[in-house]
Amino acid sequence: MDIMILINALPGAAAQGLIWGIMAIGVYITYRILDVADLTVDGSMCTGGAVFIMMMLNGSNVWVSMAAAFGAGMLSGLATGLFHTFMGIPAILSGILTQLGLWSVNLKIMGKANQAINVDKYSLLVSLRFIKNVPFYKNTILVVALTSVVLILILYWFFGTELGCSLRATGCNDKMSRAQGINTDFCRVLGLMISNGLVALSGSLLTQYQGFADINMGRGAIVIGLAAVIIGEAVFGKVFRNFGFKLLAVSLGSIIYYLVLQVVIWLGIDTDLLKLLSALVVAVFLAIPVWQERYFSKPVKKGGNS
Amino acid sequence: MLEIKNISKTFNPGTVNEKQALRGLTLTLKDGDFVTVIGGNGAGKSTLLNAIAGTWKVDEGQILIDGVDVTKYPEHKRAAFLGRVFQDPMNGTAATMGIEENLALALRRGDKRTLKPGIVGAERKLYRDMLAKLGLGLENRLTSKVGLLSGGQRQALTLLMATLKKPKLLLLDEHTAALDPKTAAKVLETTENIVNQDHLTTLMITHNMKDAISIGNRLIMMNNGQIIFDVEGEEKKKLTVEDLLHKFAQASGEEFANDRMMLTN
Repeated sequence: MDIMILINALPGAAAQGLIWGIMAIGVYITYRILDVADLTVDGSMCTGGAVFIMMMLNGSNVWVSMAAAFGAGMLSGLATGLFHTFMGIPAILSGILTQLGLWSVNLKIMGKANQAINVDKYSLLVSLRFIKNVPFYKNTILVVALTSVVLILILYWFFGTELGCSLRATGCNDKMSRAQGINTDFCRVLGLMISNGLVALSGSLLTQYQGFADINMGRGAIVIGLAAVIIGEAVFGKVFRNFGFKLLAVSLGSIIYYLVLQVVIWLGIDTDLLKLLSALVVAVFLAIPVWQERYFSKPVKKGGNS
Repeated sequence: MLEIKNISKTFNPGTVNEKQALRGLTLTLKDGDFVTVIGGNGAGKSTLLNAIAGTWKVDEGQILIDGVDVTKYPEHKRAAFLGRVFQDPMNGTAATMGIEENLALALRRGDKRTLKPGIVGAERKLYRDMLAKLGLGLENRLTSKVGLLSGGQRQALTLLMATLKKPKLLLLDEHTAALDPKTAAKVLETTENIVNQDHLTTLMITHNMKDAISIGNRLIMMNNGQIIFDVEGEEKKKLTVEDLLHKFAQASGEEFANDRMMLTN
């Protein structure tokens, strides 16, 4: 085991972690703020990549293509949102329905199961070739880090507005929100749209990074997103109280996830087992707060004096 | 102010659990009426409040608030007219948000939620003043998460939120029932202060008959989805708990056999 192999692989892992971090922020919005486990992301990740690559191959500008990917992601979120609110289907099932439907949509967008794009022929924003031996301002890690910071700032602003506050209230207490005149259905749909827009944007960045879009690229995305959210909270939860920093923690959590993954691969584990490992790790981390409550909590006096 | 015309509501129609919760109920409130609502379990008290609030649509009849027909309005749209406090202190506030954030949500009840800041500096002075009036020391904890507050504090805060933006009608659904007696008395006192100060039209469900008699200017008793007794002014003030029990037995043809009701006399 040559330590240099690992060290050489780490920048790439960090870049991937940052890209998936944007997706994880999308998951944070649904899972933590709206209190909905949204499985649309497994499909909308690829939708973002597919829309991006087809627009690029047809001569669009990289920014326009990324904006289109974001828009396509929002539409996927809209679909799930309407399944959930207008049609009254449970949130988790709504996400699964959209995810399944998106499989066909993604195939139709790309025309086949995968599409490649050559970084030498098209001017891409990020690429795995832009990790080393490029001017610093073209470095993928820097570009994605800046993109993440800008997105976090925008989200920080948004969730402080009247509309953003009503989204947070909806996720926290449905009944109270409606009593305070908040259209909770609208808020749910909007939250799902923003979340999936971010996921698709992340998909478009991943497509650029790896140089291709693939029908399977979003498989298990929700688990990676949850892992990033949970790692971020476990590591930075005590230090980061501010909402903006909490989003940053998600992004950092995703980087940690990919760095650890890289180490595990370097240690020589059978890569076929990686998804099983990820699933088990996330399952255990999701169980920890439940176990704490069930087996380690002290009885608290109910009610109290005012 | 409030006109309820012949409303009916049946839950789970066509099943063994079918329950006719409201049967052609008609009620008119004048501006500034403070009405206490009593009745046994399943009499339809909460159903009446939920019908007004629009938790679901009524099967028939009409509901007008301040002359506006709200029968077809969804719940969040009716909220523009209403202030609501629920029985469970957990229901009325957002636990993971700060005290000031909760108040800011309430201040914008009935307004369109825009991309303007969710809370602006100038509001904080108003919140601090209002919270100081509650006398619970919350005025110095504006950014504390509401989840950290006690049941009584949360209920007092919910009451403040329900009235921060003056509602056309205040709906109180046994809002002191889940509190200990001392806290309940304090929240009730705060309720009277706020209602009297702002001359709010109020419907308050209570299971405490003494409170029902001593508070407000009008009392209605419900049974089996209908109003069976409606009294106001001087006549109400002269009522005794015995009168109410007798009245109930007379009107419903059965004893007021409700443990909770008896114990709290």
